Amino acid sequence: MRNIWIIAKRELHGYFTTPMAFIFIAIFVALTGAFTFYIGRFFDRGQASLETFFSFHPWLYLLLVPAVAMRLWSEERKSGTIEQLLTLPITTADAVLGKFAAAWLFCGIALVSTVPIWITVSYLGDPDHGVITLSYVGSFLMAGAFLSIGSCMSALTRNQIIAFIASAAVCFVFTMSGLDLVLNFFRGWAPTFLVDVIAASSFLVRFESVTRGVMEFRDIVFFVSMMAFWLFATSVAVDAKKAA
Amino acid sequence: METMVELDNLSKHFGPFVAVDGISLKVRKGEVLGFLGPNGAGKSTTMRMVAGFLTATSGTAKVCGHDVEAEPVLVKSLIGYMAEGSPSYEDMTVRAFLKFIAEVRGLSGRPAAVRIEEVVSKIKLEAVIDRSIEVLSKGYKRRVGMAQAILHDPPVLILDEPTDGLDPNQKHHVRTLIEEMASEKAIIVSTHILEEVEAVCTRAVVIGNGKLLADGTSEDLLSILPEHDAIHVVVKPVTVDLAVSKLQTVPGVSRVTLTQRADGASQIACMPREGAEIIDGINSVLRDDGISYSEVYKHRGDLDAVFRKITGGGSNNA
Repeated sequence: MRNIWIIAKRELHGYFTTPMAFIFIAIFVALTGAFTFYIGRFFDRGQASLETFFSFHPWLYLLLVPAVAMRLWSEERKSGTIEQLLTLPITTADAVLGKFAAAWLFCGIALVSTVPIWITVSYLGDPDHGVITLSYVGSFLMAGAFLSIGSCMSALTRNQIIAFIASAAVCFVFTMSGLDLVLNFFRGWAPTFLVDVIAASSFLVRFESVTRGVMEFRDIVFFVSMMAFWLFATSVAVDAKKAA
Repeated sequence: METMVELDNLSKHFGPFVAVDGISLKVRKGEVLGFLGPNGAGKSTTMRMVAGFLTATSGTAKVCGHDVEAEPVLVKSLIGYMAEGSPSYEDMTVRAFLKFIAEVRGLSGRPAAVRIEEVVSKIKLEAVIDRSIEVLSKGYKRRVGMAQAILHDPPVLILDEPTDGLDPNQKHHVRTLIEEMASEKAIIVSTHILEEVEAVCTRAVVIGNGKLLADGTSEDLLSILPEHDAIHVVVKPVTVDLAVSKLQTVPGVSRVTLTQRADGASQIACMPREGAEIIDGINSVLRDDGISYSEVYKHRGDLDAVFRKITGGGSNNA
């Protein structure tokens, strides 16, 4: 646990020594705002809720989270620092979790930076703060799930662009998997239970139920097990490169 | 002396390519082992396996009696490792980087600060301590790599080309550092600068195509050469023929070669038979037969020649 925190601290420090972090947060806040107010027609709806604000999160994450995740391992491999990292007295799991924790915390910081929109809606009306709190928690969990996919893709290649595109593609499949676009592709040949599994692993469907205020325990379990699976896959990928 | 590093039939395959092919060796406390070999011979791969960065295909590596595969974290805590090119987190300052390494190595707070101070002054990093690593010169970057490797005062030190790309003063400094630490540690240093072997290594191994080709002190390695300990005589042109015929008759001389030096003088090399002492015989021939000479010296031969002989000339191994 101690090692995970040391690794995470170093990573986070890395984010904020370049303008990357500030640019990312600025763009995230600007885009959530733009989507909510213009495309989501926040004022025209006349409702004191952040449902439209949250409804754009999966789509923003699809673009922005792979951008955060792509450097996690690819950059270490490219610059050779992975040799430094993996010859320190830590386990692969420490390194994987530490790096992930830093990226997740960073997404958390970006998410917290959108709180003014919550303040705005509270000023204008009387929103359901419970639902908003839950939606923030759900959004944070979803960001973690996206990140864990990105972490795994990043561990597979030394090329950050490939890592970005691959994780965006895999994230897209998981976002859309509840929709007919993806399901029809499988329905023709896959057994019914598999189609059900795919339909059930849709980030979009899960997240929509959360933003409507019905976060169930199994939604949390879903996102947490997604992260566990992809982070495990990340450590397998990192170890596989050692044995290659 | 106790054995600190023990490799037993260590091999590494990358697909069909055999990078390291059954290397066995031991390094004891107090030894500085030089890893020699052409580029691509398998030096770095071997070091990476000992340091736990790569997993061996077969064979074992033990550090202080602990198997690298079975107890990786423990073994890594016993090793100070500087990878080739000493990659470090370039966005950090030297201080922040060393603090990070200290923390991972289990040092924090006051003891960490004291130790960092110590190492920084030993490695002479004071001038750049608050600069970010990416702006440092190659020599300083290499020193940062050295500093992180010795920060926890490990019993085993593995340095992959620590002097590569340094100027002569910096090289000298690194060698001095290695010499200072040698007595309490087992140190493995890879290099293809052969003078380094004579300067710092108590023993050297030559690796070529993944195999261990030779293992011994630099004297042992030099004795492989036929021209090892040859006596060279530089003679005036008038007595060349006489000198060649007389020197051949000296007891213990196996062979005599004549070479024309660039400055016009003739140089005769007298190769001794295995273990034979020929200097006295040569001296008396030169004195008694009226050969006029300008220089007589004994030459041990150079490691470059040993290296070329053992690794087969280089061009096919490069």
